[in-house]
Amino acid sequence: MLKDRKVKIKKIPESSKSRFRQNRKVIPESRKSRFRQHIMGILESQKSRFRQMNNKAINGFTTAWKGLSLTIRHLFASNAKRKVIPASDNNYFKQLEGTNTIQYPKQSISVPEVGRYQLDVEIDDCIVCDLCAKICPVNCIDIESIKATEVIGQTSDGSKKMLYAAKFDIDMAKCMYCGLCTIVCPTECIVMTNQYDRTVFELSDLTYKFSDMTTEEAAEKQALLDKQLAEKQAAKLAAMKQKEGGA
Amino acid sequence: MSFYLTYFAIGIGLFAFSAVFALVGVYAERKVSAFIQDRLGPTETGKFGMLQTLADGLKLIQKELIVPAAADKLLFIMAPAIIFIAVYMGFAAMPWGPGLVPTSLNLGLFYIFAIISIETLGILMAGWGSNNKYSILGSMRSVAQIISYEIPAGFAIISVVMIAQSLNMQTIATQQGILSTEGVKFFGFWDVSKIGGIFAWNIFRAPHLLIAFVIYFIASLAESNRAPFDIPEAESELVAGFHTEYTGMRFAFVFFSEYSMMFLVSMISVVLFLGAWNTPLPNVGVVHLANWTTGNGWGIIWILVKSLTLVGVQMWIRWTLPRLRVDQLMNLCWKVLTPLAFACMLISGIWRIFLM
Repeated sequence: MLKDRKVKIKKIPESSKSRFRQNRKVIPESRKSRFRQHIMGILESQKSRFRQMNNKAINGFTTAWKGLSLTIRHLFASNAKRKVIPASDNNYFKQLEGTNTIQYPKQSISVPEVGRYQLDVEIDDCIVCDLCAKICPVNCIDIESIKATEVIGQTSDGSKKMLYAAKFDIDMAKCMYCGLCTIVCPTECIVMTNQYDRTVFELSDLTYKFSDMTTEEAAEKQALLDKQLAEKQAAKLAAMKQKEGGA
Repeated sequence: MSFYLTYFAIGIGLFAFSAVFALVGVYAERKVSAFIQDRLGPTETGKFGMLQTLADGLKLIQKELIVPAAADKLLFIMAPAIIFIAVYMGFAAMPWGPGLVPTSLNLGLFYIFAIISIETLGILMAGWGSNNKYSILGSMRSVAQIISYEIPAGFAIISVVMIAQSLNMQTIATQQGILSTEGVKFFGFWDVSKIGGIFAWNIFRAPHLLIAFVIYFIASLAESNRAPFDIPEAESELVAGFHTEYTGMRFAFVFFSEYSMMFLVSMISVVLFLGAWNTPLPNVGVVHLANWTTGNGWGIIWILVKSLTLVGVQMWIRWTLPRLRVDQLMNLCWKVLTPLAFACMLISGIWRIFLM
């Protein structure tokens, strides 16, 4: 479209020039006044300007009609419900014709099972190594660990669990969905799920708490650890004393 | 005494009509825009979302009427009333059927044209009273636009008046059908006084009135601040233009008046150009379709159908064309529509003298 117009704009002055030259040959030099030349020039330019304006108006109407015919086609097109099919389906883009938009809460487009959406932690498999909290670029993972007095169990991949997770909070309002935590996790207990629609009424509800320990339990374990540490310390002291006594 | 009752009944009836039309119009607008954009529009409130606008209205009634601290309170409070009343009073002179017109004014068309212009005053009051830069910008644009577009609209109307030789809306309406007392000629040569129907409409009595109709239609879009001439309330630039600061029922009245205005300008174009309440069906031989479909009941049906079709076209245009820039708007008005309207007026004069 633009190209056409450029050509037309160029053409008009050229043709008027050539006509002007012809006139020059016919009319003798003496009779042609400068004033007349001037008037002719103005007339020609006005003519071309009028032609341009006319083209513009016609162009305006045709393009407006193009748009109007497009919208009226959509107005009366079939408004069928769209079937929910995955993007891998061959028919996925074809079915956009003649259907309306997805009616979201009632229908939703299927997403890959392991998309980069909400984080989830399988706390039974967590060894509380704190790697995820360390790699997190936005510090949205908050972990407090308590050392166990003994091996407390095994994860599903056979790693020993030596630490209690007194606190394992992920602030999903802060999370930037980079997925680094899922990569560093040695036991693959922190994963991203296909859940993306999490709307809450309280901002604090976006802090997901994955620890399964109550504060009492945590306090108990802490006390046990303290006791064990104290015993060890006492044993150490006793051993030192014995050593001194023996010496 | 009883004629006072009639006055009140007509007044309340027209008010009820414009209120109901606003409700239906908003719903239709939302549905049309939705279908054009491959959506479904409101679906939740009532069957097919039909109670949506009623629910919106109930919400607006319950809302607090906020007057901004810096506002000019008198202007701010009066503006929505003036905007609405100006449009509402325009309905007073509109004919609905052969014997059905609230007031048969001799100067009907002039009165309507004048009373609609009062809306501009209301818009300026709203913008100035809000004491807000977006509102004042919106209302200044609106005033500039409406006053400019009144010129092509006015000349398009004058070209009709020259053909009709009357400013009485009912007379103009009667001329365009089988009830006409003077001869009606299709394109100035074929006498269709007994045939009527679509051939007797003004746009076919004098074909240049088709151009005048298009000019008036474009100008009426600008006068009712509809897209593509909606720079006074350009959402992307001016928040909501002159009604930015309005809440609750005051906002509802501004909205009411926009939709009533849409219907009123459509009705004016129908009366002036598209045969008013006259039937589009002509008498063909022994089948007197025009005689059978002329009457008060039919008149209301025909004028409603025609006006609603034009309202539909207004909506269709709104959801297709992008907004014009101010300079493009003025260009169109002064350099294209005004000269064309002048030409129509000139042709009207020649037509009246030589062909009627």
